[in-house]
Parts: sequence; C-alpha cells; structure tokens
Amino acid sequence: MRNPPRPPASSEITAPELYARRREFIKSGALFVGTSAALGAGLSSLSNLGSADPPAKPPPLPPAASGAVPWRVGKRGDFAAGEAQSSYQDITSYNNYYELGFSKSEPASLGFRIKTQPWTLRVTGEVEHERTLDIDTLIRWFGLEERVYRMRCVEAWSMVIPWLGFPLADFLKKLAPTSRAKYVRFTTLLDPEQLPNQKSRALRWPYVEGLRIDEAMNPLAFLALGLYGAPLPGQNGAPVRLVVPWKYGFKGGKSLVEIRLQEHEPETTWSRSAPTEYGFYANVNPAVDHPRWSQASERRIGELSRRKTLPFNGYAEQVADLYRGMDLARNF
Amino acid sequence: MATRSKLSWLVPATITGALIPFASIAWRLWQHRLGANPIATALNQIGLLSLIFLCASLSCTPLKIAFGYNWPLRVRRTLGLCAFFSAVLHFLVYLVLDQNFALGVVLSDVLKRPFIALGFAALVLLVPLALTSSKRSVARLGFRRWQLLHRLAYLIGILGVLHFYLRVKADHTQPIVYGLVLALGFLLRGAAKLKKSRAMRLRASLRATHPGSA
Repeated sequence: MRNPPRPPASSEITAPELYARRREFIKSGALFVGTSAALGAGLSSLSNLGSADPPAKPPPLPPAASGAVPWRVGKRGDFAAGEAQSSYQDITSYNNYYELGFSKSEPASLGFRIKTQPWTLRVTGEVEHERTLDIDTLIRWFGLEERVYRMRCVEAWSMVIPWLGFPLADFLKKLAPTSRAKYVRFTTLLDPEQLPNQKSRALRWPYVEGLRIDEAMNPLAFLALGLYGAPLPGQNGAPVRLVVPWKYGFKGGKSLVEIRLQEHEPETTWSRSAPTEYGFYANVNPAVDHPRWSQASERRIGELSRRKTLPFNGYAEQVADLYRGMDLARNF
Repeated sequence: MATRSKLSWLVPATITGALIPFASIAWRLWQHRLGANPIATALNQIGLLSLIFLCASLSCTPLKIAFGYNWPLRVRRTLGLCAFFSAVLHFLVYLVLDQNFALGVVLSDVLKRPFIALGFAALVLLVPLALTSSKRSVARLGFRRWQLLHRLAYLIGILGVLHFYLRVKADHTQPIVYGLVLALGFLLRGAAKLKKSRAMRLRASLRATHPGSA
C-alpha cells in the first residue's frame, strides 16, 4: 500500500478571496500584455519612421554594364593615404539620395528603380558640338580607372570609397568647351516613376549642381560609373555621377542626364533651398561651421571616435590654389 | 474605488510598453542592425521617443476634455517621466557616444547652435518637473503652486518640437505633425477653459439678478 498523498502546505493554498477574483486576474493580465505590446509596437514604429532598418545583407553586385564594352580597370590610385576603405555594405546602404527617400536606408531599397539601360547623357551649352552620349561610349572614349577617395558628407560623417570612372577633365577636353564656358552645370534625372520621392516638394527637382570651369578641370574632379569594381548601384547614383572629393558630398550630382557648359554660375539645388547653409563652393572646411553644427570633426563610418576634419578634405595640396585670395568664410 | 482596481494594470503596462523601443534599439545595436551610422540612428530614435512621450503626456488632458476619458490622466505622470528619462538618455548618447565627452564642443554647441540650445533648455526644464512628480510634492508645494510649475510642460513641448524642426534638413513633415498634436491639445484646453469661465460668469450673473435662485 502506498501512503496517501500529503496535504499541501497551508502556504500553498490559494486564499478563497483571491480564488474568487481569478477571472479578474486573468483579464488584467491579458490587458497588461495586450496594452504593453501594442504600446511598444506603436512607439517602435513611430520612432523608426525616417530611419528604417537597412537591409541585413549587402545588395548583390550589379551586372556589368551592357556587356558590349568590357569593364576593364586600368590604373588604380589610392588618394586616401592608405586609410581603410569603407565596406561595400556601408557605402551602398547609407545614402543621401533624396529623390529615393529622405532616410538613409530608403535609397538602398528603391535604387533598383533607376533604369540605367538605355541611358543618355546630354552635353549642351558652350561646347563646339552639343552631343548625346551613352555609357558604353563614355567607357570606350575614356576607359576606367579606380580612385580611392575620401567622401565627406556635410552632415559630418565620412567614408573612403573606391570609385571607378575617369577624370572630368578628360571628358571636358574631348567635348571642347568654347571660351565662354565659365561654369559646368550637372543635372540629375527627373522622372518620378524611377525616383519616386520627386513627388515630394521638399526640394526643387531636378537636382542641379555646379562647378567653376577651373574646378571641373582639376585632375581630382571625377565622373564615376562604378564602385568596388562594379557598376554603381542606383542608390549611389547609377549610371554616372560626379565625385568632387574636396567638397561636401552633396556637390556630387547623381544619375546625371545633362552636363551643360555655361557663362553664368548655375543656381544649385541646396543653395537655392537654404542659401545661408549651403553655398555654391561647399569646400570641406573645418574652420567654417554649418550654421547648425560644427564641421571641425567628423565620424568616419565604422569608427567609434570622431576624427578631425581636414581642410579641403585632405586635398589642400592639389586644390587650395583654385581659391587663392578668396574669402572662404564668405564663399562657403 | 472600483475603477481603481480595474485599471491597476495600466501604469505597469505603460512602463513595460515604453521600455520595448529601447530594448529594440539596444538589441539592434548589438546585432549591428542600426545601419552604417548606428550612433546617429540611436541618437535620433531616442530623441524622437522623448518627443513622442512628451506629446503623449501633454495629450492626456485634451483626451479627457474631448472624450471624457479618465484613464489618460492616470498615465500622464508616467508618460512625462518617460519623456524625461528618454531626454536624459538622448543627451548622454550625444555627450558620450557622439561627442566622446568633448565637453568644450558640447558647451559651444549649446551656446552657439539654436537647435541644440532649445533641446538643452527643454532637458533642463524637465528636471524640476521630474523632481516634483510625486504626490508628496503636490502636497508640499500646494496644488496651485505645483500646477503653475507643471505648466512648464507646455513650454517644454514647444521647445521639443522646435528642436526637432530646426534639426531637419529638408522634409519637415514629422516635426509639423508633432507640432499639430500639441497645438490641437492647447486649443482644446483653451476652449475648455473659456467654457468654464463663461459658465462661471453666467452663474454669477444669475446669482446677481435672481438672488436666492442659484
């Protein structure tokens, strides 16, 4: 015979008044869980607006252009003093491309919408012959070289990017500007089907940037068709963009459809939108603050501590002469 | 007393719910899922959370006015304290992670940059409100004085929205929406106050013209 089960200790016995309220406990518990979950989800999504998570995996490398012209990389040059290159994932998932969305992550998820084939780049204005060029022609004429440049955003962060392309000076010499060509104007694609955020009116579209002709002829000014050895993904400005490494990143117009040579200084998108904050020159300058934040230091993407920002982003030796005698605090 | 025990889960649920987005930020930071510039993302999201809590706390009274609900008043203090703790965390992320304790830079930012000055003022003004958030403080200060002090919350809300508005580069939709939420709340408060004073004046005039009837 087994012993009869021992009666439970009196401390384990539910008090009758609590037992009577068991339904209320269950109901309160359910309301607690439901409310905290709903509140937590609501708060998370509200605070995530405008900074949605980037894709977990890097986007696949896009296929080489049309295949008609092989992507053969000629010269390779390190113009960033051996500083570590930013990862392909970071370069292609943290972008300011307002036509694809105001957040840093939207451009990466919408970049595929830019149809780069066929693509035409018009060269207009003060040139011997106005022309319409396609990407294959550009590669055939100028070849491809790799240049590792620092990229300093006006928002005080920076990257090191291996671009693929050719010097803007080669391009301009071939197109033979007339003597009246004092400025170069760069225009981005205008097509809300491909660039959906052009439906927003926060900025005036198409995006326009510009350089003085002597800046454009400086050997560092670059037209990029690719990065990390492959064609540019949409979010980085496919299929052709401007790279001016001694200026803030916004000077580098993306997905260019027109390069115009002209006599007068072009009105550029950001200096039109906020003339006290973004000037025509936009040279990287630690001594001239953005009205709302300091430009003295920057965060290199991937690093924990800040680093000092260098005059002309470290390219003073090559470009400072362009601005001799100019008041750079006024011509910011 | 019955409603009191019925809603005993409300404040704990609010606190738990309020912690979830912070847990999510910490988890994604750990998992390298906050993007290429995780410090900036965490800074922005925590700051936005503080403004959301502030607007939510300031919407409790308008909700009561508009719909007669009593439950929002029971989470008003909790939401206000959440706003305070998020604001402190937001400032700490800026000071420690973003600026690496460069106190000189932070000080000159606060003095020179209007958007940082406004945000810092909001944080400083939140301190006395957090310190006097207990029921005991109401008793110690006396309700009138306590209420007067806590009207600072309106100013703090406005400072918070301006801080956000001035920070944005091009798309001002979000700060405008939060500003509208605050404005609607102020409007409802004003309307309720007007109605109340009118009713009181009416009662007073009734009493004057028909003595004994009121």
